[in-house]
Amino acid sequence: MALKGFAGFVIGKISAAVLTIFAIVCFNFVLFRLVPGDPARLLFGDPRAGPKRIAEMRELFGLTGSLWEQFVAYLRQLFLHGDLGFSFVHRVPVMEVIVDKVPQTILLIVTGLIIAVVLGTMLGAIAGWKTGTKFDSIIITVSLGFYSIPAFITGIILMMIFSFGLGLFPIGGMTTMGSAYTGWAYVGDVAWHMALPAGAIVIWYIGEYVILTRSAMQDVLGQDYITLARAKGIKESAILRRHALRNAILPVVTITGINLAFAVAGVIEAETVFRWPGVGRLLYESVMSRDYPVLQGLFLIFAVAIVLANLGVDLIYGYIDPRIKVGGGQ
Amino acid sequence: MSGLLKGLQGVGKFLKLLLTSSMGRVGIVIFAIFAFIAIFAPYLHTVDPIKFGLPGNQLLPPNTEFWFGTDRLGRDIWSQTLYGTRVALIVGFTAAATTVSIGTLVGLIAGYFGGKLEEVLMRIVDFFLMLPYLPLMIVLAAILGPSIWNIVLVISITYWPFTARVIRSQVLSIKERTFVEASRSVGASDRLLIFSEIMPNVVPLMFAEAVLMVTWAIYAEAVLSFLGLGDPTTVSWGWIVNRAFNSGVIRDFLWWVIPPITCIAATILAFTFLGTAVSDIMKPGYREARGL
Repeated sequence: MALKGFAGFVIGKISAAVLTIFAIVCFNFVLFRLVPGDPARLLFGDPRAGPKRIAEMRELFGLTGSLWEQFVAYLRQLFLHGDLGFSFVHRVPVMEVIVDKVPQTILLIVTGLIIAVVLGTMLGAIAGWKTGTKFDSIIITVSLGFYSIPAFITGIILMMIFSFGLGLFPIGGMTTMGSAYTGWAYVGDVAWHMALPAGAIVIWYIGEYVILTRSAMQDVLGQDYITLARAKGIKESAILRRHALRNAILPVVTITGINLAFAVAGVIEAETVFRWPGVGRLLYESVMSRDYPVLQGLFLIFAVAIVLANLGVDLIYGYIDPRIKVGGGQ
Repeated sequence: MSGLLKGLQGVGKFLKLLLTSSMGRVGIVIFAIFAFIAIFAPYLHTVDPIKFGLPGNQLLPPNTEFWFGTDRLGRDIWSQTLYGTRVALIVGFTAAATTVSIGTLVGLIAGYFGGKLEEVLMRIVDFFLMLPYLPLMIVLAAILGPSIWNIVLVISITYWPFTARVIRSQVLSIKERTFVEASRSVGASDRLLIFSEIMPNVVPLMFAEAVLMVTWAIYAEAVLSFLGLGDPTTVSWGWIVNRAFNSGVIRDFLWWVIPPITCIAATILAFTFLGTAVSDIMKPGYREARGL
């Protein structure tokens, strides 16, 4: 690498991300042309459509000319106009359909993630601190279970208990139907609707944080400075807070970006179960209505979001970790 | 094929070790129950799970004839659940086999040959690892169309890079060892070196990967079927949940949805426990710690 130090590191990471995004864009184009049969018919979705209608659809969905011409047109539309095509179900540009749903998903994913990170690292730290005890083995078994059971299953179980059984929470949606709440009443209504989908997401994420913090904690506890602190006669609770936890948390928090693919899967499942009006639910509805332009756009958005999140984590990590700043490059 | 034999002996030793861990035992017992159900499904009080029931048999609660009740079309949920076991295990094992085969082959080739070939292969691997796996599977399943073998294909396309990366890094360390050097110096061919010298040493790792891939494949099949992307003519657990969930009446007919979600959770848990036990065993020092 020509440039040394942090600037070189940043430029390297950004250009790698740009290349990856370009590769994803190309992959996305190819993917939707692997469809057996005529993509125009598939995109249109109606097998009885006449030839004139199909020709119009070709025009609308950028399916005229050779494959290469289509590819160039697709790139031009995407990069110059931010155009992802046209949804034939919603009858508006795909970009509009998707942008409409993004804030709700971000709200859900961020809420779930924060609760999971805070609770998970706390429980994991305690389990790591008490390695080998009954508490530790219960926590680790439950975490493994939470971590592996699909979010849609957890969601349905939560729904059965808290909506059908106890009647505490609504079974879906984001606001009460026909309500016209404003201000805090609106916030409260949304929070009430979000409790169960967010709960399903917390359960889906939390296991991983518990398991990771626990093993990071075990590593830290074997270090010399912990032994030294103990030798100095510092209270155990102070060692836990000031020395062990602080050092154990850093590697755990940095995996948040890397595991966004995992997070995306949880959100899609939870939104589908609870009819939460975000991009995950949109993905499900687009599958049901075979709205291929929206599917294509959503896949691109998910993939690019993950690349950008990883880039962000890489840059922050590079900024925090002095070895990268000095060494440059790797 | 002494290499293969060595590998099989390794697997045998592995299974014995597996029974020494409590998670391994729980996993094996649950798996054995489901394997029994899958094999003997036709003899366990079952009827054709997809044939519509007689009029008046719709949405019956569990009773002596229909042990788990009936669905909206009067079909026996007990039979659907039992036959769903077959789909889960067949998809799980087939997809794991193809995924681990592709991943191992790519990992062996990339790790062994190195250079430009490795770089190209690993770029492809890294690219696939970057993609969000569930949207990728959903899109692929929607494009390829609903069939059980397409689901297997979708799972393999999505998961092989995970195995490839793990195998490759193992191969990198194995190929530096003296026994590989020794074979090379007496003129062994690349193919012989890869399959007879290196591969037997990655068999335990392949086994661990296979357990993980069965878990992921069962998960993937369940999610895709739940989302309505499964084979409409093959009863799987995800298929039952999808039907129950979209019926709009699940609030009053919980017995419809409880058997399939219990089975999905139980199989996935069993394989997760097995996977944890396997990865524990593979850690150095495991035998010493347990006095084996």
